[in-house]
This record gives sequence, C-alpha cells and structure tokens, in this order.
Amino acid sequence: MKIAVQTEAFDLNAEVSALHRNNPSVGAIATFLGTVRGESGQVSEMALEHYPGMTEKALAAIVQEAQSRWAVIDATVIHRIGSLAPCDAIVLVAVASAHRGDAFAACEFIMDFLKTRAPFWKKETTAAGGQWVDARDSDESAAQRWDPP
Amino acid sequence: MTLKLLFFARLREALGVSRESLTLDAPATVAVLLDHLRARGGVWATELAVGRNFRIAVNQEMARLDTPLSAGDEVAVFPPVTGG
Repeated sequence: MKIAVQTEAFDLNAEVSALHRNNPSVGAIATFLGTVRGESGQVSEMALEHYPGMTEKALAAIVQEAQSRWAVIDATVIHRIGSLAPCDAIVLVAVASAHRGDAFAACEFIMDFLKTRAPFWKKETTAAGGQWVDARDSDESAAQRWDPP
Repeated sequence: MTLKLLFFARLREALGVSRESLTLDAPATVAVLLDHLRARGGVWATELAVGRNFRIAVNQEMARLDTPLSAGDEVAVFPPVTGG
C-alpha cells in the first residue's frame, strides 16, 4: 500500500507501473484521477488544506477497509495539497487485483470514503475572492451506499 | 489537565487561531470542552453553536460529544471534509 499527501505533481504511468511490475498475480488495475474543475472559468485557484497525521491515517484505514471487502493485491492513494490550478490533478486512486470486479469496486469505495472521511478541505478563489467549498450531501449518500444492509 | 487544540480550514479562519493549549478541569468530555469554548462568546459562541455543522477528532480519530478527554489529548475542530 502506498499513501502519499504531497504538494508535487504525480506521474500516473509510474504509479500504475509500480503496482504490476514484478507482480504476475495482478491482472487488473482500476485508476481514478480527480482534477480541478474551473467552473466555466470562474475558479482561478484551488487551495487544499489537510490535517497532517490524521489525513494519512484516515487514508490508510480506508484502504485497509477496502482490502477487507475485496480481493485487493495492492493500492496507491496520492492526494495533493497546497495551491492548484484548474485542470491540475488533485487525487489518484489506483487499485490492483487479479480480476477487474474487485479493482473497480475497491477503487470507487476508496474514493467515496476519501471524499467524506479523510480530512481535506478545499478553498476556491474566484473574482469575488476566496471561498471555502461546502460539503455536499451527494458525497455522503455515495459513501452510505456501501454500508452493509 | 492540558489539551492541545487544533483548528482547520474555514473554522481556523473564522476563529482566528490554528492551535492553542487549553487547561480544563478533569474529568471532561468533548461536550464539556465545547461548552468551555462557547463561553468565550463572540465567534466562538456563533461558530460552535449547537446545531452548527462541524466535526471533532480526538488524537486523530473522529470523536463524539461523549468522547472522554485525557491530559495531553490532541483535539481538532474542523468543518465537514471536502477533499478528492
């Protein structure tokens, strides 16, 4: 498992390659790449704040939960912090498994829980100034659908 | 007992502080701590009012109002998360 919270950009190909290189049991890798929306040119900057220590622990706990639910061989979660611009990559989730079903499901689960459980906060800058982004009910609903019935 | 308080994001800006040390009579819970902070009045009473949407973590684990506090605990106060 690789968990990273960093200001620097990441290399998608290098991260995916690291998950299956030298590991012949991997047959599927699902990736999610989140990027900064410009909201029709209105957003000029997106600043990401986090809680050092807790954020990394929360991400590791989410990946471990995914590993307990699906046959995950390995996973990488990288989340950027600091000042980002529209079109920049913010987050990468990559999940390796033997078959695609486990990889797809675990990747989506990790993203849904990251959005609602990992302590990150976005502040967007528009012509009107800086504004903290509000949490969305739809994100909470997306996470709750994974709850056991 | 002394606690280490941390504030993040919109609440850090609204309260005008990112961290502080606070001494509280033991035993105490998260609810007792919040009452203590609200008693400062002003933005503290407004931002941390009952019904406002914020989260508390104790020692980097999500906490509830009845979570007990111990000397040296790290208590963080922050808005609902918006990463990803």
